[in-house]
Amino acid sequence: MARPAHPRARVSTLAHIGIITKYNFLNYFRARRFYVMLAIVALISGLFTFLVAYYQPPGLVGAGDALSFYKGGWGNFATFVVVLSTAFFGGDAISGEFQNRTGYFLVPNPIRRSAIYVGKWLAAMAASSIILAVFALIMIANGLYYYPGDFPSELLQSIAFAWVYLAAALSLMFTFSSLFKSTSVSILMGVILLLFVFNFVDLIISSVAGYEPVYSITYAAGIIPNVLTVPFPAHVTSIPAGARFELKSFNATIPEGLAILGIYFVVMAVVGLWLFQRKEFSA
Amino acid sequence: MAPSLEAAGLTKRFGEFTALSGLNLKIQGTKCVGFLGPNGAGKTTTMKMFTGLISATSGTALINGVDVSRDKKAALASCSTLIETPEIYPSLTPKEALSMLCEIRGVPATERSKRIDEALGRVKMQEWEGRKVGSFSKGMKQRVNVASTLLSDPDVIILDEPSVGLDPRGMSEVRDIVRSLGNRLVFMSSHLLAEVTEVCQEVALIDHGKLIVYDSIENVTAKFAGGSGAVKIGFSRAVDIQTGTAISKLDGVTSFSRVNDRHVLVKFDPKVLSQEKLFETIAGMKAGAQTFESESGLEDAYLSLIKETL
Repeated sequence: MARPAHPRARVSTLAHIGIITKYNFLNYFRARRFYVMLAIVALISGLFTFLVAYYQPPGLVGAGDALSFYKGGWGNFATFVVVLSTAFFGGDAISGEFQNRTGYFLVPNPIRRSAIYVGKWLAAMAASSIILAVFALIMIANGLYYYPGDFPSELLQSIAFAWVYLAAALSLMFTFSSLFKSTSVSILMGVILLLFVFNFVDLIISSVAGYEPVYSITYAAGIIPNVLTVPFPAHVTSIPAGARFELKSFNATIPEGLAILGIYFVVMAVVGLWLFQRKEFSA
Repeated sequence: MAPSLEAAGLTKRFGEFTALSGLNLKIQGTKCVGFLGPNGAGKTTTMKMFTGLISATSGTALINGVDVSRDKKAALASCSTLIETPEIYPSLTPKEALSMLCEIRGVPATERSKRIDEALGRVKMQEWEGRKVGSFSKGMKQRVNVASTLLSDPDVIILDEPSVGLDPRGMSEVRDIVRSLGNRLVFMSSHLLAEVTEVCQEVALIDHGKLIVYDSIENVTAKFAGGSGAVKIGFSRAVDIQTGTAISKLDGVTSFSRVNDRHVLVKFDPKVLSQEKLFETIAGMKAGAQTFESESGLEDAYLSLIKETL
C-alpha cells in the first residue's frame, strides 16, 4: 500500500541562509560564551568609566575635548573588542562542525554548504554586533556625561569603520575556522594573528624596511582611532635614527583602509567558503 | 518511481589508502537492505559519499537517480540520513533542532509541530522536548537523531549503525521503528547480524572496499552458510536425554546442542527437512516444546565470507 504523500516545499538557498542564521544565532545567544563576552565588555568599559571618574585625566576630561575623550576610550579599545568577538563567535564556527560533530547533523541535508557558511557568518556577525553595540553605547554614554550635547560626526565614522573591520576580521576568522578541524587551533591562530603577529610584522616592515604594510588588516583598522584625530594623522612620518638611517611610520588613509578591509572581507570569504566546500567529514 | 540508491564505480582514496574500490551496487524498491562488513571495510565511507559528507575520488553516488556530487540539494530532498553519531547544537532543545531540519527540508509550517511531536513520540523523547540537548546522554541524543530521520517522510533512509549508543530497550525500539518504515528504501549498516536479520530483507556485504555479495538474506544464507538452517526450541520443562536423542536422530538434523536446561539449538539441512516439518515432529513428541525461534544463518554466511576483521 502506498503511504500518503506529505507535502514538501522546495526551499531556496536564500531561505536556507535565513534558517541557519536564525538557529545559529539562537545557539550563540543562549551559550555561555555570549555572556562571557558581554562580561568582558562590561569589565573594559566599567574599568574605563571608573578610572576616568577617579583620576579625571586632563587629556580626556577638563581641558580635553569630546574627540580626545572618544579616542582615548572607544578608539583605544574598539579593535580589541572586535578581535575578541570574532574569536568568540567566528573562531570555531566551522571547525566546531567537524570537531564537535554537529556537521553530521546539519550537512547531510538538502542544503548547500555555501548556505551553511553564509548563515553561520551572519549569525556570528549578529552576535558580535550586539557586543560591539553594547560597548559603543557605554562609551557614548560616558562621553555624553562629560561633554553633553557634543557628539562629533567623526565618532559615527569611527563606529562605522569598526563594523567594517568586524566584517573583515570575521571573514578572516572564518577562513581559519575552515582551514583547521580543531576549534582551539583555529581560535588561537586567529587571535594571535590579529592581536600580535600583524602588529609585529607591520612594525618591522614599516619602520625598518620602510614599506607601507598594505597587506595588513590591522594596519587598515588604524582608521578606527585615527579618524578621531583632527587633523587626520600624516600618511607617512620619518624619524631620523642616526646619520644614515630613518624610521618610518605609516597611517592608512580612510579610502586606503576601507579598501584593504573590503579586500580582506571579499578574499577571505571566498577562500574560507572554498575550503569549507572541499573539507571532508572524515575521521 | 521506486526509490533507489546506486553506487557506480564508487571509489574513495585517502592518500595511499583505498577505502572503497570501484563499488557497484544498485538497490531499488521499498525494502530494508543491511550493509555489512568488518571494521574499515568501507561502509561508513560509502554512506558518507551518499550524503555529501565526503566526496568520491571517482565514480558516482546516486539517490533516486540524482548524482549527489552534482546536486546534493536535489539528491537529498527525499532522503534522510543518520551517519555515525551526530551531535546537535547544545543550546537548542530537541524541538528546536528538529524544527530547524523541518525548515531546511521544506516541511510546511502548519505541519511542523505535529511531525516533530510524532517523531519525538516514536523515540520516547516527548517529555524532553523542551530541555537543552547539551544536557542529554549519548543515548538520548541518538534517539533525537533517529527522530530527525522521520521528520520529512523521506523515500530513502540511510542509517549508519542507528542503534549504537543505545541501551537494549532503545535498540529494540529502533528496530521496531526501522521495521515500521514500510514503503521506503532503508539502507542500514550494522555490526549486529541479529538486528539485520530481524529488520532487513536483503544484505550487501563489503570487505576491503569491495562488494562481496548483494542478495536476499535467504539466498545469502543458503549459498554461504553451509546450507543449514537453525532453530532454537524452548521447552516447558527440562529436556531429558530421550528427547534429545530423538531429536538428534531425526532425518535431516545435522547437529543438536543444549543452550540450557530448557532450550536446545537444532541445525538441519533444509533440503532434507523443512522447518515446518521439524516443528511439527518435535511438537508431536509431547516433550513440552513451547517456542520455536528461527536462527539466522547470516552469521555463518558472514564468517564464511569474511576471513579477517580488518
